[in-house]
Amino acid sequence: MKVSAQEVQYIAKLARLEIPEEDLALFVRQFNDILGYAGMLGKLDTEKVEPTAQVLPYGNVMREDAAGTPLTQEEALSNAPAQKDGGYLVARVMEGGGV
Amino acid sequence: MKYETIIGLETHVELKTATKCFCSCPAEFGGEPNTHTCPTCTGMPGALPVLNKKVVEFAIKTGLALNCEIQRYNRFDRKNYFYPDLPKGYQISQLFLPICRGGYVDIETDGATKRIGITRIHIEEDAGKLIHSGASISDSDFSVVDYNRSSVPLIEIVSEPDLRSPQEARIFMEKLRSILEYIGVSDCKMQEGSLRCDANVSIRPPEQKEFGVRSEIKNLNSFRSVQRGIEYEQIRQAAVLDEGGKVIQETRTWDEEKGVTHSMRSKEEAHDYRYFPDPDLVPFVAEPEWVAKIAETLPELPDARKERLTGRLGLSAYDASGVIARLATADYFDEAMKHTGDAKAVANWILGDISAWLNSNNLEMRDFPVAAGNISAMINLINKGVLSSKLAKTVFEEMLKSGKAPAEIVREKGLEQISDAGALALAVEKIIKDNPKSAEDYKAGKDRALGFLVGQVMKETRGRANPEMINKLLREKLS
Repeated sequence: MKVSAQEVQYIAKLARLEIPEEDLALFVRQFNDILGYAGMLGKLDTEKVEPTAQVLPYGNVMREDAAGTPLTQEEALSNAPAQKDGGYLVARVMEGGGV
Repeated sequence: MKYETIIGLETHVELKTATKCFCSCPAEFGGEPNTHTCPTCTGMPGALPVLNKKVVEFAIKTGLALNCEIQRYNRFDRKNYFYPDLPKGYQISQLFLPICRGGYVDIETDGATKRIGITRIHIEEDAGKLIHSGASISDSDFSVVDYNRSSVPLIEIVSEPDLRSPQEARIFMEKLRSILEYIGVSDCKMQEGSLRCDANVSIRPPEQKEFGVRSEIKNLNSFRSVQRGIEYEQIRQAAVLDEGGKVIQETRTWDEEKGVTHSMRSKEEAHDYRYFPDPDLVPFVAEPEWVAKIAETLPELPDARKERLTGRLGLSAYDASGVIARLATADYFDEAMKHTGDAKAVANWILGDISAWLNSNNLEMRDFPVAAGNISAMINLINKGVLSSKLAKTVFEEMLKSGKAPAEIVREKGLEQISDAGALALAVEKIIKDNPKSAEDYKAGKDRALGFLVGQVMKETRGRANPEMINKLLREKLS
């Protein structure tokens, strides 16, 4: 497994991060180190191990459909850098970002 | 049409739970902006989601009603993208292991039954709402975000590409709404966005086996726009092919006002959602015992109800379909049938005068002010000959105004039908005397003159005469 500089740039773009050209080599090396380390798992015999997406020994953690107390509008907006008409004010939304 | 149209629908349904999918904030529609939120549904660092059990029950119930297999082992995945209506930077969804798979819905099209496959149903959370400062996104300098809807539970129902016309797509959506209403998992209000649909549309020449390149149409917010949007799209794609062009895979949005679809963005430009299992949520298992318990809560579904109406009650398939389509209407019918035996008359009133009144007042059946029992009582008065069908309209209008029982209205307004032969004979004689010319005309063989005379007797009795009896009496006297 080898991650290229191009792939690192692509992943950075998806995460809305800007990586200066001079730091790129560092990140490429770190990406490969991390993936290489995790890649060691690939050498293990997992024939008899069930696949899982969760290491916690829990399942079916659910709550009843009973209403709690939400935040007030004032509380909800108290961390917002800018607000308007009871809502969070955000910069112009670029088309093509949504679902 | 020279091409065949292939349609698959993705329907988003907001579930009618009291609380949100992963927190205890109210899930109800509306409210002042940002008054139904908490740290979890606004994506505050450290806040942890806990699954609402009712959401799982509703998803399973829907799956069972749509003949799906229920996935035993379930988990949630994160769909990552940046947009201000999504405070966490990801939507919790089920990509890899949807809770339901492989079902179907039967629809009636051109008098035949057609089976439409359901590929999958998965659980996910809704996004917040953006209010743009300008007329559209592109001419807005800023937007205001309301997270009341953020994390309201949704199920997405994905159909197989089995639909072949815009009309079929519409019928399918209407059938889906019926079923969802009957099982009570959603209030299915398209105008409030609790039922939304995207359509995948492609066309192909009839001899071609593979599907053509599809476009995805968004913003189909009413049954009418589902049909119109797809109608437009099949014509647009046909024009592209006819000119020797190629349909490109893209997302398009339906513009209801202009009646066209616009390209939103090209799908190839990498939507990399980087799905991965959500580590904040533990897996859940839908044990067969639980699923069986939910199955017991399934009510009579639209198809079974229709069968009951056409079978034992003898309604035509057309009338029965009209009655059962909406739950409130079907329930109104059943309630009325507790007080009369005349199913055909109940159906006629519901699909005729009652529907017309609701439409002209822009109301739904659940808003209809007259008790079902009163409609039945009115029908019984007609069937007993106490009330003429003509004057029943007056009683109907009066019931809408005053809410009084029909017998009371008939008494108060003196609307009782005159079927007393003696009284009618007097009126008939008077009319013959007053209209000698018409009487002669009839005797001379002009049948139309009889209609005129009947009308005059009706007028004389202020519409209360029994029309059949007048006819009979007039014929006798003039023969």
